[in-house]
Amino acid sequence: MNNLSIPEKLALNKYELDEGHAHIEVDNEICQKVCKDKACLFVCPAGVYTELDGKIMVDWAGCLECGTCKAACPAEALKWEYPRGGFGILYRYG
Amino acid sequence: MEDKFDAIIVGAGLAGCAAAIKLGREGLQVVLIERGPYPGSKNLSGGVLYGRILNDLIPKYWQDAPIERYITNQVVTFMTGEASFNIDFKTQEFAKPPYNGFSVLRSKFDRWLGEKAEEAGVMLVPGIRVDRLIKQGETVTGIVAGDEEMAADVIIAADGANSFLAQQAGLRGRIETRHLAVGVKELIGLPSETIEERFHLTGDEGAAYGVVGFATKGVPGGGFLYTNKESLSIGVVMHLDELIHTHVKPAEVIDSFLAQPQIQPLVKGGKLLEYGAHLVPEGGMEMMPRLYTGGMLVVGDAAGLSVNNGFVVRGMDLAIGSGLAAAETVLEAKAKNDFSAQGLSVYQQKMDASFVMQDMKTYAGAPHFMKSPRMYEAYPEMLARVMTSIYQQEAKPKDHIRTDAINGFKESKLSLLDLVKDGWNGARSL
Repeated sequence: MNNLSIPEKLALNKYELDEGHAHIEVDNEICQKVCKDKACLFVCPAGVYTELDGKIMVDWAGCLECGTCKAACPAEALKWEYPRGGFGILYRYG
Repeated sequence: MEDKFDAIIVGAGLAGCAAAIKLGREGLQVVLIERGPYPGSKNLSGGVLYGRILNDLIPKYWQDAPIERYITNQVVTFMTGEASFNIDFKTQEFAKPPYNGFSVLRSKFDRWLGEKAEEAGVMLVPGIRVDRLIKQGETVTGIVAGDEEMAADVIIAADGANSFLAQQAGLRGRIETRHLAVGVKELIGLPSETIEERFHLTGDEGAAYGVVGFATKGVPGGGFLYTNKESLSIGVVMHLDELIHTHVKPAEVIDSFLAQPQIQPLVKGGKLLEYGAHLVPEGGMEMMPRLYTGGMLVVGDAAGLSVNNGFVVRGMDLAIGSGLAAAETVLEAKAKNDFSAQGLSVYQQKMDASFVMQDMKTYAGAPHFMKSPRMYEAYPEMLARVMTSIYQQEAKPKDHIRTDAINGFKESKLSLLDLVKDGWNGARSL
């Protein structure tokens, strides 16, 4: 197997992108005040979370909709919902 | 609100579809709502479909359903960085109808099952996300999706491991990380002949591997591999609390698993077709929500139904079983026209009497036992030591095998007390 990066792997998936409708929002005030672990940065299988200048950024378009980040977030700082009907990851195999 | 339906089922996975088919056949007015554009588009299988219960609902389903391979070979592998020890069981008994289990790809399988629901007269509505429940007092009376409202005598929450509906109905709180596992899976395309050669399979026979130990870099969990017709489903499942604790990244764990010398030759030359992830409700009885309230029932992953005893990982058959129990409950409630919590409480009784809860109870101790760190490090290491000394031939006299075994045990980090404790706990919980 070729060792592909996460973005390369995600690029093989099929998504129906809901432009302009982010289904994940990060409340960085909560993150900065309360969170030490910042689990979102490493538990996400799609690696959609990054930290830039102390702020958590989310590239929600690659989300696999598993809900791991929401379950792992100790501070309820994520407003996480499923994408609107018909949008998001579309597994062709599953 | 316009017309009122007999039942609204949220989520067209296996539990939702099974409930829909049964209710549709009985002539009830049923709406089956799916947030993906087609059933299965959001679903990922992490195991074998043990199909006896499906065969009750749709006799000889395998003749019509998009199944991949019938599993004749079940393997448990204890893996260290260098060695692996297999318990490898193969039987032709599982190659005969009604078959023991199949590998399936959910995007195809659930879509087919959704069609069966439509054939039963169910109104399948894909591409709609249910945003919230409508309640009158404590009783659930309908759902809201965008600007639309829909009412029904009963809502069946088949909305998966994250079940927001069960939460909104007050049936469960936030799910604890110790009750969840993260599954990451790659679908690797290979020609069917290559799969049959590599896994010693004939025709449509299939193999299912569960891997314990180094597969997950010591994070409690395991690796898995299932053969499909022209692809392999391969991946890792890790307990979320341990993942948070160790700061290990799931994407790195699956890469390291695929690079293992034992796994590498099996996937060599394959083409990555899809990369997916899913939460697994692994907490067993401890994490189960209340299963019903006035106007609502909870089924499948949403109800936390799964069994992992180290040999077999199940969820899909439990989902179907719960869907059928929910459907029977709705039929009885309709006959009495009582959809109150009291009227729907028969669901709990039906579940308790079915194989679903019986098996959840039988393996109630398994989640705890399977999370013991010894399962992931010490035992695979000990087995590797013992087997290495049995097989390794040097220019000096061999010991008795029993001496090898004792030495292997002594060199391991295990104490005799651990062994006794784990033997006892294992015997009790598996």
